[in-house]
Amino acid sequence: MAEVAHAEVGHGDAHDDHHEQSFWSKYVFSTDHKIIGFQYMFTGMAMALIGGYFAYVFRMQLAFPGNSIPFWGTLSPAAYNSLVTNHGTIMIFWVAMPVLIAAMGNFLIPLMIGCDDMVFPRVNRLSYQIFLLSAIVLIISFFVPGGGFGGAWTAYPPLSAKAEYNSTPFGAPLWLIAVTLEIVAFLLGGINFITTTMNARAKGMKMYDIPMIVWMIVIASILFMCSVGPLIAGAVMLLFDQTLGTAFFDAAAGGDPVLWQHLFWFFGHPEVYVVLLPAFGIVGEITCTFARKKLFSYKLILYSTIGLGILSFFVWAHHQFISGVDPRATYLFTTTTLLISIPVAIIMFAYIATLYGGSIRFTTAMLFGLAFTGEFLLGGVTGIWLGSSGVDIYLHDTYFVLAHFHYTFVPIAIIATFAAVYYWFPKMFGRKMNETLGKFHFWGTIIPFNGIFIPLFILGAGGQHRRIYNYQHFPDLAGADMQDMRVFATISLIVMLAFQLVFIANFIISLKKGEKAGKNPWKANTLEWITESPPPHGNFGETMPTVYRGPYEYSVEGREQDYWPQNEKPESEPS
Amino acid sequence: MKTMEPAYGGREIPERRSGLSNGALGMIVFIGTELMFFAALISAFLIISAAAEAWPPEGQPRLPIVITAFNSLILFASGWMMYKAFQPFKIDPYSEATRKQVRLTMWLGIIFVGIQGIEWIRLLSYGLTMTSSQYGAFFYLIIGTHALHAIGAVIGLLRLSRKLDAGDLKEETFHAVQLFWYFVVGIWPILYVLVYLS
Ligand code: HEM
Ligand SMILES: [Cu+2]
Repeated sequence: MAEVAHAEVGHGDAHDDHHEQSFWSKYVFSTDHKIIGFQYMFTGMAMALIGGYFAYVFRMQLAFPGNSIPFWGTLSPAAYNSLVTNHGTIMIFWVAMPVLIAAMGNFLIPLMIGCDDMVFPRVNRLSYQIFLLSAIVLIISFFVPGGGFGGAWTAYPPLSAKAEYNSTPFGAPLWLIAVTLEIVAFLLGGINFITTTMNARAKGMKMYDIPMIVWMIVIASILFMCSVGPLIAGAVMLLFDQTLGTAFFDAAAGGDPVLWQHLFWFFGHPEVYVVLLPAFGIVGEITCTFARKKLFSYKLILYSTIGLGILSFFVWAHHQFISGVDPRATYLFTTTTLLISIPVAIIMFAYIATLYGGSIRFTTAMLFGLAFTGEFLLGGVTGIWLGSSGVDIYLHDTYFVLAHFHYTFVPIAIIATFAAVYYWFPKMFGRKMNETLGKFHFWGTIIPFNGIFIPLFILGAGGQHRRIYNYQHFPDLAGADMQDMRVFATISLIVMLAFQLVFIANFIISLKKGEKAGKNPWKANTLEWITESPPPHGNFGETMPTVYRGPYEYSVEGREQDYWPQNEKPESEPS
Repeated sequence: MKTMEPAYGGREIPERRSGLSNGALGMIVFIGTELMFFAALISAFLIISAAAEAWPPEGQPRLPIVITAFNSLILFASGWMMYKAFQPFKIDPYSEATRKQVRLTMWLGIIFVGIQGIEWIRLLSYGLTMTSSQYGAFFYLIIGTHALHAIGAVIGLLRLSRKLDAGDLKEETFHAVQLFWYFVVGIWPILYVLVYLS
């Protein structure tokens, strides 16, 4: 058993990987942080396929309303609602969270801070098991009588609270249980990430020697831990409303439906930064490595991130500007929302400044990293418009909002994730991914992505409301020009989905036939690159690394090589 | 510190972190989440009760203030016992004194949960349920959540006591259980004042 293997070898001692381990104990019940990271990654990718398929189906309905949809059939309004709801839920809770936080955090944190595993390996394994259970519960909820929950990913009561309204007597509670379980899983993961980073760093690694991505994942975990309590509280109350007949959110019986919105968005807004920060971290690492330059103003980025984290707890009501929030309070939340764009902008500019004067290498990972910076900018800027309460009264719940958050979430959950996969694939599996196929995949993802959402910005500004099954019933929205844009967006989506086959093929082929990577294919500085690819159980073999410098010493003057691994002993003083 | 400057040799290397043990740090992070969880329940309670016409509503049984005050004392005593367990623990974790203190903590905790349970049964028989009113709903929601935490903590104490008897305990486990019990005891007065005395 992996656990026994782990107990046998003491702290930081040599691990030898030659125990006879069965498939089950090595890949299914492992406590090794790398395996758990893979489990999260592959589960997340599988869920992404489901979420993408759902998007395909409901986009087809919007482009060709009422027609039979290939690989689905005709789509009923109830099924449409359920697909939209679960698309959002899946992409946030079962794709962005597991892949960005859980997979990257698990795989990278111990390797980058130079320790042998998470400090609570069995808690870590439990975390994945609960996560898997949550995914299974969610999938079961699609097949129960009444179908899957269709009350939008924000689950506002009264629609979500009463089966008479949502007509999903089983789907709604199962959806809620699945989300709650998923959150508990990440709670356990978050405890591990924070404790490990604080307590288990390699000898010599001081606070400012920690790679930025590790900081970002830790700060994201702290944000998550601080914001998730209210969501759990709300979920329990909503579950009681659904199943026991309490009336916490029922205005007719002295409850308050807006209370749910507060509990949800108090979590919901920090949550967007929970997924944003790991993406920022990934792009930071990649930008430095492929620009061969030191990260511009490490400390400023770190402090901006902390400031952003704190501010993110004071903006939530910008989602509720038309929910009957006091207009005076909206000033306050408009102000905080505009303020929060400052630290975000600082980080973006720091990344751009890192590029300045670098010798940039346009690998696929770098292309995705640069695309993140460019595309996310559009998402952030449109967010500022939405944050102005006056503008938002018109734009709220239109496709403009939808396009805004897809211009943030897609760069985060799709583009940055691909950047990370192309960048760390050699470390994960010992081989490089094919660059030609990679670039093909890159352009095939980025161009259609803009093709989907730019029309939706225009439609949203034109008054197209969200969550509508068939626009042909609305004379103002049924015009041929608007319909053409819907068709264009849908076709772009299909093209984008089709290009993901290139990625899957590249992934599978490279696993078997990719060019051997060696320890440090990108000539990067951080500790994960000093060990074998893939790293053995215990990560660093005989001796654990010692750290002598920060993670971004690229192109240091007076050195022969343009990189300087964190663990390299300083022998000769440079001139 | 200017560690972002390239360190040219001669840098002093600190040993592995000490400070807080893994168990203690992990538990502190967890308690932070718990605090936010209870804060949400409490703010929900405040919002709904402030909007109600009368609180407690007419025709609903009143909560047992006196018995629960007495029960609170038992809980505080239990917290005090846990605190007292720490001194002998530092000297000799497996001494009889430590084990006795931990057992006392646990039994006082069990008595607290037990009395709460009896009171709940009485309240139910008087007709206070989750669906009888917002009052009942919040009572069972908030106090029930606390009770679940108390039960969880008592199970933790039981395991701690077992491990002490077996002479096989990591110090960080002790700290983790201790911190969690402090949390359960420490949050109680706030809940008592809000829910029972409002
Ligand atoms: C960090 C990346 C971001 C993500 C992932 C994100 C995500 C989201 C999401 C999911 C919504 C939709 C809520 C709904 O269902 O109605 C939303 C709405 C909004 N976002 Fe963002 N956002 C991000 C950045 C920003 C920024 C930087 C700002 C402002 C400076 C901003 C301001 C807003 C506002 C005001 C709304 C509410 C619009 C409305 O509902 O009418 N967002 N965002
Ligand atoms: Cu927000």
